[in-house]
Amino acid sequence: MSAAIQATIEFVKLYWAPLLCGVVIVAILPLIVGYIVLVERKLMADMQARLGPMRVGPHGLLQPIADALKLLIKEDIIPDNADKLVFWLAPVLSVGAALLSLAGLAIGPAFQIAQDINIGILFVVGISALGIFGIVLGGWASNSHYSLMGALRSSAQLVSYETAAGMALVSALLFTGTLNIKSIVEAQSKEGIWYVMLAPVAFFTYLVASIAETNRAPFDLPEAESELVAGYMTEFSGFRWSLYFLAEYTNMIVVASVATTLFLGGWLRPFSHVPWLNFLDFVPTLLMVAVGAYCIVRVPKQPVRVQQMFMMAVAGLCFVVGLVLAVPVLVPIAKPFYAGIHGGFWFIFKVSLYIYFFMWLRFTIPRYRFDQLMRLGWHFLIPLSIINVLLVGVALIAGSYFNLHGWGLLLVTTPAAVIALVAALLILAAEKEHDERQQPNTASDFYAG
Amino acid sequence: MLGADELVINMGPQHPSTHGVLRVKLKLDGERVIGSECIIGYLHRGVEKIAENRTYQQFAPYVDRMDYVAAVSSGLGYCEAVEKLLVVEAPPRARVIRTILTELQRIASHLLWLGTHALDIGALTPLFYCFREREEILKIFEKYCGARLTTHAFRIGGLQYEAYDTFEKDVERFCKDFESRIVEYETLLTQNRIWIGRTKGVGILTAADAIAFGVTGPVLRASGVKWDIRKAAPYAAYDQYKFEIPVGTTGDTYDRYLVRMEEMRQSRLICLQAIENIPAGPIMAKVGKVLKPPPGEVYHAIEAPKGEIGYYIVSDGTVMPYRVHIRPPSFINLQAFDRMVRGHLVADVVAIIGTIDIVLGEVDR
Repeated sequence: MSAAIQATIEFVKLYWAPLLCGVVIVAILPLIVGYIVLVERKLMADMQARLGPMRVGPHGLLQPIADALKLLIKEDIIPDNADKLVFWLAPVLSVGAALLSLAGLAIGPAFQIAQDINIGILFVVGISALGIFGIVLGGWASNSHYSLMGALRSSAQLVSYETAAGMALVSALLFTGTLNIKSIVEAQSKEGIWYVMLAPVAFFTYLVASIAETNRAPFDLPEAESELVAGYMTEFSGFRWSLYFLAEYTNMIVVASVATTLFLGGWLRPFSHVPWLNFLDFVPTLLMVAVGAYCIVRVPKQPVRVQQMFMMAVAGLCFVVGLVLAVPVLVPIAKPFYAGIHGGFWFIFKVSLYIYFFMWLRFTIPRYRFDQLMRLGWHFLIPLSIINVLLVGVALIAGSYFNLHGWGLLLVTTPAAVIALVAALLILAAEKEHDERQQPNTASDFYAG
Repeated sequence: MLGADELVINMGPQHPSTHGVLRVKLKLDGERVIGSECIIGYLHRGVEKIAENRTYQQFAPYVDRMDYVAAVSSGLGYCEAVEKLLVVEAPPRARVIRTILTELQRIASHLLWLGTHALDIGALTPLFYCFREREEILKIFEKYCGARLTTHAFRIGGLQYEAYDTFEKDVERFCKDFESRIVEYETLLTQNRIWIGRTKGVGILTAADAIAFGVTGPVLRASGVKWDIRKAAPYAAYDQYKFEIPVGTTGDTYDRYLVRMEEMRQSRLICLQAIENIPAGPIMAKVGKVLKPPPGEVYHAIEAPKGEIGYYIVSDGTVMPYRVHIRPPSFINLQAFDRMVRGHLVADVVAIIGTIDIVLGEVDR
């Protein structure tokens, strides 16, 4: 009996922190996603010469909560001819995979749910790819043509672009020689250079492939609202729909985090090894203070007293966060917390920039057609990423031959990147020639891919 | 469900990009369209039959409800047709103001087309830029006649309202701003690789086909046929102004896009020329309170934003027309849809619906 209690205590000791962390993430992630959506809508409004949500709370700050509430209390509709079990399972599968893949990520050296997975990156990429089952099954279970076509498109798209993304990841992993997420970031810290500098072509390939993987514009064909109504989500409504939505945005966070970890130095400050740039440690604090100050400036503009108070509260929150960020830099006793707190800030900052780029792209350019999307994947991105892996490998061998490290590696990787670029241009030229030889008006048979 | 047969899907009547209540039955092989059928009539209101039970003046507001995004143009066609039947002519001042308003309406209609067409192809932002400018035009309409959409701006024999005080200034300011705004849309689209990929070579309509289908308007001109009623049989005050008729070469979606963009520029030039010199004088010709055209028939067509809108009116000498037949450009342009869509993919279907620029109110009447 006491052995069992002992074992339980051991278990709790070993797992309580990850469990707690997991629960917290599952609990607050919908909120975070809600606010990402709000940011997206605000950005879209800004680019489209309008205001965006302004009604619920000051500047629409409470809009995500109102939206979530509305989705929760909506009537739950399952079509008569749908496969009930699969219809129920599909969104859960999607969101489950997305949330699970978050577990492997490290937000700063201090925050990671599943500690020390030595296949870290592989785990994250593998699990997040499982989410496609949710989409395919959801599209199939709806028993509707639009849904089915959306699901087919989605699976074809994921298969095509996962290859390119994987190859891009391999290029970066060649530098580290490990899949462990913490080791990857530490390797970048040791080299004093981020892999985006050493493997820019791989970063570009991953950027494009990750947009396609998360079904974002201009590759949002599975849910292209002007063609397929809502693609695989057509028959879903209310809470089930919001689960898909949650999965989509979580996937965005996941791919952005993977790119940040692998290419953008994870939680490292820019130039973390250059002492005379240490004043950059104040940037996070200044940023938060600036946001808070802006909120205070806007307070008199709010029409209602409650909204003014809300705005003050937001400003206060910003100041508190700014203070928390400032303490480890200023107070010597708090020095041990520096890596954790500032690491978290920089990681989230980089992820935000990556997601911002996604949004920016969405509002700027039109959507690809399906055959064009497939051609871009198979004829351009995959060859390019394979060539790039070879080139990066050769560059690394050359680097070790000349015993180059850190910024010195640029001497060998830059020529490799240039050669890859030339290869890219050659592929594009060959594509163009092929196009001209082909009869106009006949798209290639993309299902044969 | 997953047999190797063709898949028949129903696009519409409730579909985000069929521009109203158009229902398209698509026969698909994978994603390729091997056949299509347009099913229309969801918005049929019997406009032509109503005409037989209304006096000539009473019927005028009804034509605004056909092409409700270009009501001014429809109204101009009807008023001029009845004037032809009555053998009266609107005074010069009325004709010039009619020209200005109609050209503004052409710009507004093309802006709506551009925004929704780009939205169908996945470019979200141009829509809002287009609506920003369209709003300015609608404000001018509102100041002129109190309505924004179904304006009923003209009367048989001339105009009901004198141009308001700052009319010229408003139109001029709009035209001045609009020049740089077109550049804005073009920056987003014209040279965009994806936009070109989505529109070039899509929905080709040869000149011979276009003529055989009776297609008119920008769709015809993009196929390389230089036919514009404003030049061929000038009405209103078009014979006084200099403007070009843009034509395309291949007749694909991209050409139709370029033609409409150029048409907006030309309309702007016409407006600028027209406000320079609006002749003074009466705005209404001498027509009685009760219109009783002599027995006979008349066909009058004008160049609406979407093509030739024609009115065939038969009078039996009473206060009501014996028969009114309307030749709606959207309806006839839509007939070329099947020819344009065959062999293309589902994504191209929405691009082609957008590029024909239909309004279901006019297709169904």
